[in-house]
Amino acid sequence: MYKLSVLILIASISGIFSLAASADSSNTFNRMLKPQAPANLPPAEDGLHDPDNAGTHMLQPPKEAFNGLVKAKWGNKVDWIKSINTKKISPRHNASDAAPKPIIMNLNIVRQVKGSMPDVVFPHDRHTLLLACSNCHTGIFIPQKGANQMSMAAIMLGESCGKCHGAVAFPITTSTCKLCHSKPKAKNAVLKRSVAGN
Amino acid sequence: MVIKQKLLGLGVILISLFTMLAPMKANAEYGDIVINNFADAAEMRPAVFPHWFHRIRFNCSVCHADLGFKFGAGKNEITMAKIIEGEFCGACHNGEIAWSIENCDVCHSGIPGTPTQVKGSPLRASNIAAPK
Repeated sequence: MYKLSVLILIASISGIFSLAASADSSNTFNRMLKPQAPANLPPAEDGLHDPDNAGTHMLQPPKEAFNGLVKAKWGNKVDWIKSINTKKISPRHNASDAAPKPIIMNLNIVRQVKGSMPDVVFPHDRHTLLLACSNCHTGIFIPQKGANQMSMAAIMLGESCGKCHGAVAFPITTSTCKLCHSKPKAKNAVLKRSVAGN
Repeated sequence: MVIKQKLLGLGVILISLFTMLAPMKANAEYGDIVINNFADAAEMRPAVFPHWFHRIRFNCSVCHADLGFKFGAGKNEITMAKIIEGEFCGACHNGEIAWSIENCDVCHSGIPGTPTQVKGSPLRASNIAAPK
């Protein structure tokens, strides 16, 4: 027992030294990468709710609610659309009545984008699953081809798609670009355009 | 020269420690809305609206079309008087669909002084507006 504890002591001391040595080295793994922030913390630890408030401790911890939902790498770490489509959750379409179901509109809008990014496909189906037409038309988007100017900069500042995407719907991160930019351009299309001077 | 290198090393470690601590400060859920249009002035904690909790139960259109909540943190002039009249949160938080409003501190649970905001991209300043 005594020998074991000495061994553990020596192992832990050498462990501390090796850690110190690796932190000292210029060639640490993932040198500039920020450590990942912990996700889905209980309200009292999330830095937004007041832990001195009694009501804070009555709130459901997100982890408890998200248990069993389809996971994602972004936002709440939940893929909300897949969670609905796989019946993990069934959100109501009416405040007081569970019966009404949304009317799904099946129409994809393709937006040709400048540069080399794949074109954007806007799927009406999953948007009408959650929203009413009046939420977007005509306040945010004019329902007419070519009538809506948008840019990633404006979206990131909370305009057009950014009204929701970046606030509550999936955010704009390096792992979400291709959720919208999902239609690859025809082969050589980018090259042809740049040759033509467009 | 060696001392310089060691100092630099120490600096790097200190900076990396700080950057480790910085994101730990606010790790609220994505889409959480802090509403502090009137709360601070009324000496109440700001209200925190958890989008995630509500979207498990309702589609977006229930609040943003049927109940008339505008998109954008702070863009709805929500007062307790209106909630008691059955507007905004009061449409459900009436003891019938959801628990009623005598549970003040369940909503008014934010850290005092937290400004109106949506927890999401840091670039979303345009989405935050004080009511006129």
